[in-house]
Amino acid sequence: MSGQRSYALSDGNAFYCSCERVFDPRLARQPVIVLSNNDGCAVARTAEAKALGIRMGAPMFQIRDLCRREGVRVFSSNYALYGDMSARVNAVYRDFSPRIEIYSIDESFLDLSDVRPDQRGSLARDMRSTVQRWTGIPTCVGIGPTRTLAKLANHIAKKNPGLSGVCDLSDASVRAAWMARVELAEIWGVGAAGARKLMALGARTVADVASLDPRRVRQAMTVVGERLVHELNGHACLDLEQMPPTRKGCAVTRSFATRVTDLPTLLQAIAAHATRLGEKLRREGLGTDHVTVFVHTSPHDPGTARSVSTTAGLPEATNDTLVLTRAAQDAIRRIWKDGYRYAKAGLITTDLVPLANAQRALIGGYDRERSAALMVALDACNARFGRGTVVPASAGIVAQRAWATKFEKRSPRYTTSLDETPVIRAA
Amino acid sequence: MQFSIIVASPVRLPLMARPVAAGFPSPADDHAEGEIDLGKLLIGNRPASFIVRVSGDSMTEARMFDGDLAIVDRSLMPLNGDIVVVDIDGERSFKIWRERHGRVTLSFANARYPEFVLREGAEVEIWGVVANTIGLGRRCEIRLTKAR
Repeated sequence: MSGQRSYALSDGNAFYCSCERVFDPRLARQPVIVLSNNDGCAVARTAEAKALGIRMGAPMFQIRDLCRREGVRVFSSNYALYGDMSARVNAVYRDFSPRIEIYSIDESFLDLSDVRPDQRGSLARDMRSTVQRWTGIPTCVGIGPTRTLAKLANHIAKKNPGLSGVCDLSDASVRAAWMARVELAEIWGVGAAGARKLMALGARTVADVASLDPRRVRQAMTVVGERLVHELNGHACLDLEQMPPTRKGCAVTRSFATRVTDLPTLLQAIAAHATRLGEKLRREGLGTDHVTVFVHTSPHDPGTARSVSTTAGLPEATNDTLVLTRAAQDAIRRIWKDGYRYAKAGLITTDLVPLANAQRALIGGYDRERSAALMVALDACNARFGRGTVVPASAGIVAQRAWATKFEKRSPRYTTSLDETPVIRAA
Repeated sequence: MQFSIIVASPVRLPLMARPVAAGFPSPADDHAEGEIDLGKLLIGNRPASFIVRVSGDSMTEARMFDGDLAIVDRSLMPLNGDIVVVDIDGERSFKIWRERHGRVTLSFANARYPEFVLREGAEVEIWGVVANTIGLGRRCEIRLTKAR
């Protein structure tokens, strides 16, 4: 396609917190935070919570007293809810742009190249109010000729309430004025090390980086840095990634709610992980011919640390839960050592292959038809009656898993479970 | 126990019976017209629609009973007589919505209730408009009456 490209980046403000607020009107003006897995640390904060000084990633044990004193409403992550709300928000985006790239659970890029430049701002404002009205989620939208500039515009929209949630950097002079006011650390993809390198080249603001010689930046930061300079000058190097690339690897890892000190409990946990891995692979028609298992202690615990992993090979690629479970448990038995307090375990696979055209083993291959039929039945039961209804006996009964991740303050799964729909008063 | 959600997996009723034909292919096959999608019928605008549970009897004259499910569509603008979900001072509830000469009134739909009076200076926000109800509660009520 010819002509200037245009991208928008739209994201939900304190997305997890906003999801909670949609279903509880009393949260509207209260400070709200949402915790990470195992209720470890704050991963989403409303403006009111930020104003109390709660940092991103603040460990819960450090802010517990503050939260109690200030009446902060604290929630465990409710992924079923956030995933459903994210799908709704993206459905609205699709009404406004024919091409979108879902970048994360709360951020999407939209292609606005076919929208007249003078209409992009009003389209973004219209989209923003539609998302708010339909789903209850407040968003910010940034617009620019490259994805890097759209991301920068989104940052500016968020930090400047006067812009009412929309910042359009399509116009070169508008862009130059803003870029001179934003520090280079805010550039998408520039981490602490990158920022140091750019500052060593004499840059301080985003505008400074844009005016650097791309070749010098390339020397300091490889081709990634050079691309950054081009993107900041309005030359698009990155287009939308619409098709999720075929998954190359897959991991299932969890922290334990309490430390694990015996082998049977660990074997049960690893079997549950293998069950989940099988589900994930089957959903995408992929298989693997090896699994890597790991287990480690917590860096926060006193005493000696231990972190081990090993890989178990399989005769041929499979996604059969029973085969994966057996292989993972055998691997765990090989690396198990008594006397440690294990905090986390997981399974990792790489080099996934589409099972339909995977090479068959000459010897020791699996009976795929039989295995496939069993797995279809297993997945159907779990889809119908809820995840964890049918699992290998070695994975333990879901309700009795002492090691399972903690979600103590999770709100109801308002939109995905008929037992947990919002109850509204007719009185 | 968990149930699959209505929004994600619509209930489908076969429009035509299609027995497995061991001999002749069914002459009806050429006239098959797909399935009636109950989800589509009940939910007009998916991303804006939420399923909620009714608690209480203030809406019975609008045929909405305790225990019913209501489909609330946030993209609809309320019309006179619509049941709305409204936040009044942070409390969410069902009310009947009416507008005359730019003045909005909210009311119950049950003669046994006193007239609903809005507190002076109350903060009012419409959360959504009820697009449909699924009468689970009413059926239970009838069963109870028969049992007695």
